[in-house]
Amino acid sequence: MECQECHQRPATLHFTQVINGEKTEVYVCEVCAKEEGYMSYPEEGFSLHHLLSGLFDSAFESPKGTLGQQKKELQCPKCEMTLSEFRRAGKFGCPACYETFADNLDPIFRRVHSGNTKHYGKIPARAFGDMRVKKQVDAYKEELQRLIKNEAFEEAATVRDKIKELEEETRGEDT
Amino acid sequence: MTLQHFMKEAISPWMRENGPDNDIVLSSRIRLARNFAQYSFPILANEADLQHISEFIRQEYEHQSFQDYHDFAFVPVKDLTPIERRVLVEKHLISPHLAEQDHASAVLISKNEQVSIMVNEEDHLRVQLYYPGFQLNKSLNKVFELDDWLEGKIDYAFDEKRGYLTGCPTNVGTGMRASVMMHLPALALTQRISRMIPAINQLGLVVRGVYGEGSQATGNLFQISNQITLGKSEEDIVEDLQSVVRELIEHERTARNHIMSQSQTRLEDRIYRSYGIMTCGRIIESKEAAKCLSDVRLGIDLGMIENVSRNILNELMVLTQPGFLQQYAKKTLTPHERDVLRASLIRERMQLEN
Ligand SMILES: [Zn+2]
Ligand SMILES: [Zn+2]
Repeated sequence: MECQECHQRPATLHFTQVINGEKTEVYVCEVCAKEEGYMSYPEEGFSLHHLLSGLFDSAFESPKGTLGQQKKELQCPKCEMTLSEFRRAGKFGCPACYETFADNLDPIFRRVHSGNTKHYGKIPARAFGDMRVKKQVDAYKEELQRLIKNEAFEEAATVRDKIKELEEETRGEDT
Repeated sequence: MTLQHFMKEAISPWMRENGPDNDIVLSSRIRLARNFAQYSFPILANEADLQHISEFIRQEYEHQSFQDYHDFAFVPVKDLTPIERRVLVEKHLISPHLAEQDHASAVLISKNEQVSIMVNEEDHLRVQLYYPGFQLNKSLNKVFELDDWLEGKIDYAFDEKRGYLTGCPTNVGTGMRASVMMHLPALALTQRISRMIPAINQLGLVVRGVYGEGSQATGNLFQISNQITLGKSEEDIVEDLQSVVRELIEHERTARNHIMSQSQTRLEDRIYRSYGIMTCGRIIESKEAAKCLSDVRLGIDLGMIENVSRNILNELMVLTQPGFLQQYAKKTLTPHERDVLRASLIRERMQLEN
């Protein structure tokens, strides 16, 4: 089996992760396991600084000038923090940093948050109200499927009404 | 509300109420990290932006009330003396990190001290809500409502994929740290707690001594909180924390029964010695005070000591801290002077009870 991260080396390691209650199987090579944060190091404790330095050392300090070119370093357009500054501080400079360094964050989050990279939970009520309703509708729809499968039709009807109600609410706001 | 109000009493008004399981769980706390979308995080923001944020919070929320949390006081950190800062840390109303700040950092505190909102700490806002005893679900519901109320006037830094954006990658997502403060003397005495900590860590939870380091908690007070903030909903995080806390409560009760049946006289001796020190001692160091407070609290729980209330112990826990002692004396004290004043305050409180 090939490594599902680099698709080059053979997968020599197997991890089972529980993300949002769902089991996910991960097959990766040793290099990717380290770089993409699948391997955790409990003996390092929770020293984030250590975590970040170690991580970036292996992942981003590729030998400079091997191809006769020097890559321009990533820098946040809003707060001007560079990737190496982020690495040193272990802290973001501003909300836009999340966008700027987006491609480099999954491995860090995976390590810090037990394999997770995506938010599940509260959504701001006012500014992201639509998103909140949409997520709620999605959750109800999933529940509806489950109830129908279990032939709990009475409860399913209640959930269907809730969905209808929410969808009408949002339609009302559009006009 | 004025600053003086928060300085006068060691025990916060909300702590006087009885909460569920409060023989073992002293308090429940939820903290949310929130940031303004348009500004850099405090470590990089310029002074003017931080002033803007602080001034905005003062204008919009000072003297406002939300539900049971009345008359928010706005306290700029730069206006506080070193002793006053220390007192607010000892009362858990501000973090040690906020106490070190100057310039544009501040805190909003509700009259009953149940809510404190730190401004320009590591994040623009750190919203904290306390409930007495074991009440994590209620705390979560309330802090959500409070958060929505605040968000009515603030554009939060939020991203569909990453959730609430925070200065440190360890807080991103929910931005939530839920915690309980537990008194676990029997688990500490039998050294079971140090064996349980690794297993609890495995579940993504952290155990810390409240006034001390690691498993060597002074006063046998432990804080249990969630480590992970991304990929798990607030409700699930609280649920997981709750089930571990429930288990710890059970283990603690079992360990107490075990000690009582195996070595009752030794335990009684330990508890009454501590009671003796508290009622008669003339010089008490803070470590000794914490140990005695823990022993006497256990004595109350086991029905050995009947004329002292848990509230007195909660009060003494804060009152005997260095910052509060000096606030009480209204001057800087040497360590020896503190130990003498500590002993005399403890004696006084214990006599009040008789
Ligand atoms: Zn690979
Ligand atoms: Zn930035």
